[in-house]
Amino acid sequence: MSRNEVTLKQKMKSYTRTPGSLIVMLLVMLSAILTFTVLIFLIAYILIHGVPYLKPSLFSLNYSSENASLMPALVNTVIMTFLSLLIAVPFGIFSAIFLEEYAKRGNRFVEIIRLTTETLQGIPSIVYGLFGMLFFVSTCGWGFSILAGAFTLSIMVLPLIMRSTEEALKAVPDSYREGSFGLGAGKLRTVFRIVLPSAIPGILAGVILAIGRIVGETAALIYTAGTVADFPKGVMSSGRTLAVHMYNLASEGLYMDQAYATAVILLVLVVGINTLSGVAAKRLTKV
Amino acid sequence: MKSKAWTERFMQGVFFIAACASVLAVALICVFLFANGIPAMKEIGFGEFLSGQMWKPKNDIYGILPMIIGSLYVTAGAIVFGVPIGILTAVFMAFYCPKRIYKPLKTATELLAGIPSVVYGFFGLVVLVPVIRNLGRTLKEAGVLKSAGNGSSILTAALLLGMMILPTIIGLTESSLRAVPDQYYEGAVALGATHERAIFRVVLPAAKSGVVAAIVLGVGRAIGETMAVIMVAGNQARIPSGIFRGVRTLTANIVIEMGYATGLHRESLIATGVVLFVFILIINFCVAFLNRRNDHE
Repeated sequence: MSRNEVTLKQKMKSYTRTPGSLIVMLLVMLSAILTFTVLIFLIAYILIHGVPYLKPSLFSLNYSSENASLMPALVNTVIMTFLSLLIAVPFGIFSAIFLEEYAKRGNRFVEIIRLTTETLQGIPSIVYGLFGMLFFVSTCGWGFSILAGAFTLSIMVLPLIMRSTEEALKAVPDSYREGSFGLGAGKLRTVFRIVLPSAIPGILAGVILAIGRIVGETAALIYTAGTVADFPKGVMSSGRTLAVHMYNLASEGLYMDQAYATAVILLVLVVGINTLSGVAAKRLTKV
Repeated sequence: MKSKAWTERFMQGVFFIAACASVLAVALICVFLFANGIPAMKEIGFGEFLSGQMWKPKNDIYGILPMIIGSLYVTAGAIVFGVPIGILTAVFMAFYCPKRIYKPLKTATELLAGIPSVVYGFFGLVVLVPVIRNLGRTLKEAGVLKSAGNGSSILTAALLLGMMILPTIIGLTESSLRAVPDQYYEGAVALGATHERAIFRVVLPAAKSGVVAAIVLGVGRAIGETMAVIMVAGNQARIPSGIFRGVRTLTANIVIEMGYATGLHRESLIATGVVLFVFILIINFCVAFLNRRNDHE
């Protein structure tokens, strides 16, 4: 303790000798404090204003313009997430297997795939929404439907799943593969029985992160899945997810209380999902 | 034996086809956007569409210059707020943060990245807009501003976007700071530099390319952000005369009018998307270039 005090004193002394450094240090501290204060304020503000409005009527199974129930939106979100993952996960994992296990290094085609994946990752969600509207809604003739929304979102989260699967496959030691080959297993068996099982935590982390993005997405869905606020009759009917529901409530301005409450649900969902992803990724590093 | 070789070949084909999906997706996106957007641009006239100052769909006047300028203003504002604070916070995380609180803080920055843009937008709507409205009124009473505005303004959108790009800037800057060899810092300190001087004159310049990549990626996020901006920017389709005035971005233009647009109006909105897409492609190209260069160094 006493040693610490001395160093602190020395530190202060050296700072008085170099006022420039002191100012810079204070700026660094101030920025860090500002960043984390803003974050805490945002979360606290929404929780404090939203939690009191979490009433049972908000979860009513019958949607009406009076209760603005979020139950249909919640159901839609679950269906949308499930469908999007159903499309994106096999494609993402298989293409990562191709890139990591089959393709030769420095292959020109691999370069192209990587470039397009990076491009997909940088495209803003509104552009995905436009494309989904032009392709799935109009050209395929599906209309505003959950299916069109799910296909649009599956393209959006594809690079996320690809990247995390690739990282997970890279982390599997080569000795696993060599051991498997040495025992006489073929390439396919090695990939499915040895490499993939040991990469599961990393893949799972990516998939969970993708769920987080799907749940929070708005701009890509407004003109693909539409904004009907009731329960869907099937995948071909329109339906709004929780995030779209929240946008409509907030922009209409008639249901501010419900908007606060929906924000709480959305925030808790997404934060919970992302935390889960972190836990899954940590298991990867332990293996 | 023969059937086994056949399954191997078959599955390899399946993997290959799956890998083509992302290439196909990018190709389809390009084809459909350009095929639907370019004809409208031609009909309106490229020059008129890009540099026209009037957006009046009712009179068939389509000029998106106000939206291009709006996007640029808002993005520039986000950079002004987000980049210095982001970089300084990254320096804090890499060089100042006590070990005990590092983990919770790191989780917090990741959390900041995961919050959906609607929630940011809602926060901006209920917190930032009233604050800026009051600020505008105070400044008007003090005689600094001519008109106070109603709180939905460039400034509000820039503040909110600045918040939203923080996690991108912090995360990438921190990792590029950590990639600089320790000897750089130690050498500087051994030569008598203070902790701060060593960081800002030696380590940060060495991490420059990573920091630039972080900023460019932040620009990409800011320019493509839609829902949060719509909720706080006011969305008036005219060239703004001050930072307390409302503004409409390219992204907002698409979402606001697509619901009821038909004919040329609808096509001109898709063309707006094309312009945005081209901006994003240029930014992506810059990021890819910077990353490739970093890898080679």
